[in-house]
Amino acid sequence: MSFLTLSLALVFVLIPLFLSKTLKLGLEKDTIIATIRSIIQLLAVGYVLTFVFAADHFIYILLMIILMITAATHNARKKGATIRGITWKLVITFVFVEALTQGILIGFKITPAEAQYIIPISGMVIGNSMVLSILFLNRFTAEIESRRDETELILSLGGTPKQAIHYSLITAIKASLIPIVESQKTIGLVQLPGMMSGQIIAGADPIQAVQFQLLILFLLLTTAAVTSIMLGFLSYPTLFNTRMQLLK
Amino acid sequence: MNQQIDKAIEFSQVSYYDGSLQILKNITGFFRKGKITTLVGPSGAGKTTLFRLCNGLISPTQGNITVNAKDINQYDPTELRRNVGLALQSATMLSGTVYDNLKLPRTLAGEMLTEEEAEILLTKVGLDKDMLKRKVTDLSGGQRQKVSIARTLVNRPEILLLDEITSSLDRVSRDDIEKLIERINKEFGVTIIWITHNLNQAIQIGDDTWVMMKGELVEYGPSSLLLEPKDQRVKQFVEGEIK
Ligand SMILES: Nc1ncnc2c1ncn2[C@@H]1O[C@H](COP(=O)(O)OP(=O)(O)OP(=O)(O)O)[C@@H](O)[C@H]1O
Ligand SMILES: [Mg+2]
Repeated sequence: MSFLTLSLALVFVLIPLFLSKTLKLGLEKDTIIATIRSIIQLLAVGYVLTFVFAADHFIYILLMIILMITAATHNARKKGATIRGITWKLVITFVFVEALTQGILIGFKITPAEAQYIIPISGMVIGNSMVLSILFLNRFTAEIESRRDETELILSLGGTPKQAIHYSLITAIKASLIPIVESQKTIGLVQLPGMMSGQIIAGADPIQAVQFQLLILFLLLTTAAVTSIMLGFLSYPTLFNTRMQLLK
Repeated sequence: MNQQIDKAIEFSQVSYYDGSLQILKNITGFFRKGKITTLVGPSGAGKTTLFRLCNGLISPTQGNITVNAKDINQYDPTELRRNVGLALQSATMLSGTVYDNLKLPRTLAGEMLTEEEAEILLTKVGLDKDMLKRKVTDLSGGQRQKVSIARTLVNRPEILLLDEITSSLDRVSRDDIEKLIERINKEFGVTIIWITHNLNQAIQIGDDTWVMMKGELVEYGPSSLLLEPKDQRVKQFVEGEIK
């Protein structure tokens, strides 16, 4: 695909802009920002990846992963602003999830230890982990606020912080996992997953593309579950002080 | 013989701030062990806040609190909270049945509460046995308050903090609760601190009374002080309430 044909694709940006304007949805500014950002970010990634693949050195892979985790942390931390030390809790979660998934993939020789595999898969894992963190933190902070009375009731009857927060924690973990579990149920029926579509368009064998996609799906399920649960258990203690009091 | 008064809870120069807002101002006083003390005062005086301090849900910004002559911070928080039972005016319930709620304190301690035990508790607070399996959402305000007291009693507290229990109760329920409070106090020697808006009740049932206003402890002593308050503000308050 040439850059000229790609620029024609901008027609697909004009349509929502036009609709937003006529229907007064007020989404024009965000749409334009999103478009420009995606162009710059993806092109940059393209060039960086070309360089990293050519250089073929472990240090560049590591740098890419650090970059991804930094960006993911930066995006997710706003949603957990009320939780103390959320930045580090996110970093720990992302590092753990990344190490776990790559450990299994490379350890069991499911995928080769090459930049071409490690980088895109890490991108999907960390990206997914970030989305899950945001879903989880959104719900968890909302649950904590709306269940303050119940939480304090349990404390007042001699419950521990863990017992007091249990319901909010479980609800938030469940709620954050529902979208991914639900979307996997209908996957392939309603929509082809983006990565698989991309591979098929680029000329890969559909069965191989499916196999790869399945691997990714399972990977993302693990990522999702581990992210929410880990973040939950790292976060809840900061809501209480050493006297087992629920902080404001 | 030691002539010192046995104090269940003692405050010395306790202040509590919410941010920069002072909610309790320099409270000094005590609740006598084994007695019924009523806590009265206009809305917003800080009565509920004082209870939350006693149960350890919050800590004083300044000053000290002792429970059974031991600094409140020396207790393990869960042990303190079981021993200083709190039933708040909001009577918050966990979703589920009355039984689920009565079991809660035991569940938290990793123990069981049998249906028989739960039924006995219900009758104690003047509720019907077959309420046990009712959903808490179906309860009236008064019934919730009674369940809330029963739930707090499951922990067999030595000190019981009851927040405005009678305000949403009808006359009959109020008499039930009055009797219950007296019975818990007399039979089991439980120290009771009771926030009430009914001054007649305070005079009738309370051994002692605390009058709080705008975060201050304005007057305290035997309940009869409500009949002839020394403080002008208390006088006005009492006249307004009794009429
Ligand atoms: N969680 C809170 N955050 C901020 N302010 C609070 C909080 N709880 C209580 N207050 C304030 O503290 C003051 C005392 O409140 P408190 O509930 O202790 O009064 P009260 O004597 O129990 O009143 P009432 O008779 O209406 O129950 C009030 O001015 C109230 O607005
Ligand atoms: Mg109150």
